[in-house]
Amino acid sequence: MSVPAGGVKLALRGIGRRFGDVVAVSDVTLELRAGEFASLLGPSGCGKTTTLRMIAGFIRPTEGTIEMDGEVLSSAQTSRPPERRNMSMIFQSYAIWPHLTVAENVAFGLTLRQLSASAIRAKVERMLAAVRLHALAERYPAELSGGQQQRVALARAMVIEPGVLLLDEPLSNLDAGLREEMRFEIRRLHDEFRITTVYVTHDQAEAMVTSDRIAVMNQGRVEQIDPPYILYNRPRTKFVAGFIGRTNFLHAKVEGGAMRVDGLAIDPARLLAGTDIKPCGSMTMSIRPQSIILTAAPPAARPDQPGWFMEGTVAQRAYLGEHWDYLVTPANSTAQLRASASPACIFEVGDRVWLSIDPAQIVWLP
Amino acid sequence: MSVRARLRNLEPSFVVVVGLGAILVFLVLYPLFWLLVGSLYNPASGGFGLANFAAAYGRERYIIALRNSLVLGTAVTALCSVVAVPMAWAVSRTNMPGKTLVRMLTLGAFATPPYLGALAWILLAGPNAGWLNAAYRAITGSATGIFNIFSFPGLVFIIAIYSYPYLFVFTSTALDSVSSEMEDAANILGAGRWRTISRVTLPLVVPAIAGGAIITFLESIALFGSPAMIAIPARYNVVTTQLLEFFSYPVRVQVAEAYALPLLAVTVALYLLQQRLIGRRGYVTLTGKSGERRPIELGRLRWPAFAGCMFVAGLSVVLPLAVIVQAAFARTWTRGFGLDNLTWGNFHYVLLEQPATARSMINTFTFAAAAAVLALGLALAIAYLVERKLIRFAGILSFLCLAPFVVPGIVLAIGFYAAYAARPFFLYGTAAIMILAFTTRFLPIAYANAGAAIRSINPEMEEAVRILGGSRWLAVRRVLAPLLKGSLASAWLLVFIPATRELSTAIFLYGPNTQVMSVMLLNLTDEGRLEAAAAFGLLLLAAIILIALTGFGLLGRDFMVRRSE
Repeated sequence: MSVPAGGVKLALRGIGRRFGDVVAVSDVTLELRAGEFASLLGPSGCGKTTTLRMIAGFIRPTEGTIEMDGEVLSSAQTSRPPERRNMSMIFQSYAIWPHLTVAENVAFGLTLRQLSASAIRAKVERMLAAVRLHALAERYPAELSGGQQQRVALARAMVIEPGVLLLDEPLSNLDAGLREEMRFEIRRLHDEFRITTVYVTHDQAEAMVTSDRIAVMNQGRVEQIDPPYILYNRPRTKFVAGFIGRTNFLHAKVEGGAMRVDGLAIDPARLLAGTDIKPCGSMTMSIRPQSIILTAAPPAARPDQPGWFMEGTVAQRAYLGEHWDYLVTPANSTAQLRASASPACIFEVGDRVWLSIDPAQIVWLP
Repeated sequence: MSVRARLRNLEPSFVVVVGLGAILVFLVLYPLFWLLVGSLYNPASGGFGLANFAAAYGRERYIIALRNSLVLGTAVTALCSVVAVPMAWAVSRTNMPGKTLVRMLTLGAFATPPYLGALAWILLAGPNAGWLNAAYRAITGSATGIFNIFSFPGLVFIIAIYSYPYLFVFTSTALDSVSSEMEDAANILGAGRWRTISRVTLPLVVPAIAGGAIITFLESIALFGSPAMIAIPARYNVVTTQLLEFFSYPVRVQVAEAYALPLLAVTVALYLLQQRLIGRRGYVTLTGKSGERRPIELGRLRWPAFAGCMFVAGLSVVLPLAVIVQAAFARTWTRGFGLDNLTWGNFHYVLLEQPATARSMINTFTFAAAAAVLALGLALAIAYLVERKLIRFAGILSFLCLAPFVVPGIVLAIGFYAAYAARPFFLYGTAAIMILAFTTRFLPIAYANAGAAIRSINPEMEEAVRILGGSRWLAVRRVLAPLLKGSLASAWLLVFIPATRELSTAIFLYGPNTQVMSVMLLNLTDEGRLEAAAAFGLLLLAAIILIALTGFGLLGRDFMVRRSE
């Protein structure tokens, strides 16, 4: 899933939006290359939908500019109305018009573009085939299932070949199984049509499946923009580390070359080997549960290799089918670490275990 | 921001907003303004002062009329509470039989024009000749009857039997939303059935009952038709009939204006009180069914409870309808049923012999239709601006739309008379003043329905049009309008139907060519042509029912309603 090469299609430059005294979005900067699929990911109230609606032109930014193909669409002074942006959008409610058939819904945008009837028919047919709805063209929306309505929304938005496609939590109204199917469907359609896309979601799995890059938003600001792999493995803020996947946060304090992590004395050289981090002051480290290896016997430590080993006690455990979830209390420490282990790796609560952590898997956060 | 940028960014709807605001000012504020100015104006001296108020409250009989209204309102409200609250409880919470029938008959009482009910009760309980009196004399052999509808208790009674639906609906709606679990919670803690009712159920619905009581009081003191038919022959006045007197020769419009202001003030104050009561946290909101509800077992009281409800419904719907039908087809209504007494003559008389009555039928339906179109169009435009938050200060527009709700019809009519009858509009006696007054009177109903209709459409439906390249106007035409079709048709009916029976707004504004059926019915009764009046009332009732049924029949078949679910 490489980032496609291409010119900048859509650019948000320092956009912000206040509603009275409430700052909903602040200083969001984001550049999308043509054909790129980017997600705005964050908890509810983080400003992602407001940002999307500013791109669509339903809300005007109070700061910054939005540009498409180098042209300013929105600024605090002017805002081109949504109907003249050559974008399209998929809404949370789908907003499928119940008084029009599936085919009429899909044809609507083409009719507005004054295409010939035969061209419209051909395009609608091709698009309905692409979303696998050709058999239902004459149905009314009320006669469709949730997933089918979702496909109508996708077809209606994509058939006009918009400059930019916007999706506002499009899967939040579907049940879990369908949601997973539609994630891949959305990505498949993107690979087929290559429309520059902005996708808003609060579901990290959705964002990771669909996106070339993800912008994680929190409290109106973008915390980090990166491809899913980097976002997960190299989060730059504590919020991103905690929001994308599960993790353990440990607090490290460095004083005069000695490091203490939640009561444990550690040789910084062992932990920081191979990184350019300079031990100083206090730092936070993020360790994913699957980066912690549990063993019954002490691992054979090789002095020439960096590594962090410690003894601990299993405090809680849960079997989740695909893996075990253990909560381990390291000896002489106040911390509790969550560790994932394969189904074959069985410990009882109260068992003594050894934890080994590869320093390369530790992410250091400010 | 520069002026040019501001102008460029001006929503094109700005002009629309100013236009709508101006219309509202003329329909709502201007008449009330002239009511106020007129009450202070002295036509003799040309100056301003309190002389009209002195005249309006300077005579004992005027004060008595005021007092009569207050007593009337209180008595009607008390009677309605005693009747409607237990009925509502029985229908909504118990296993009483025939609950649907009771609900339907209550709806029937609500739909009957009160003046038609008054006519029926003149036939039923007029001294001596009234059916009930005739029956009493036949049974007891007494020389005189015992009922006299032309009395203060008679007036209280006939207003109450057509006003109790307000309290019934308020109370039963509130009771419907009280979950059985609330009562179960009291039971499990050791409260018995009656203790649960008195300590849990009733307190939960008290705000709704109080709200319904206030509406009942306001409706009964603002009523014109029944007092005009009952109180005037009985030779006493209430505020509304006193206002009519000021409009009779010698016409003293300014005194009437001064006299009407306290009625307006009482209405506004009580309405605000009602809003406070409903708004309190104790009120059980109507957002869907909350929890499971089980009917309370009445046991041996089931059938007596049903009989009680049917007695009330019988007095308000069944008996009156029976006598109206009988009189409408009778040569002389006092002669009772019998083939020799049957005739089409009354219908022939009102439809063909009297050009004025036939004309009034056309007037009634054209005025009501026009007013419903105007009110709904205005309400729809404003509700759209308000609901879609297209303009700032939209609250003012919606306030103006709802304001006529607190203005009694007769007060509104006086305001319209003051504002538009004479210079510079000269609208007195025209169809325009009737239509505009009806429009204003029913604007709140139209607005409430239009607002609800627009709220039911997700704004994303329109945003989807815009992002695909359609303008807001296109979204309104191609998506909003078709989606609203069903709810707008029913909103139109909800304005049209009450407009066809409106009396108090018409009474001061009609001219020789703009009489409506309600006014005509009152005049026929006044002239003692009770059979013709009954035939005419039956025509009105039949027309209303026919239109309602046709309307709902059409809407029921409308595929939109099903598909937009």
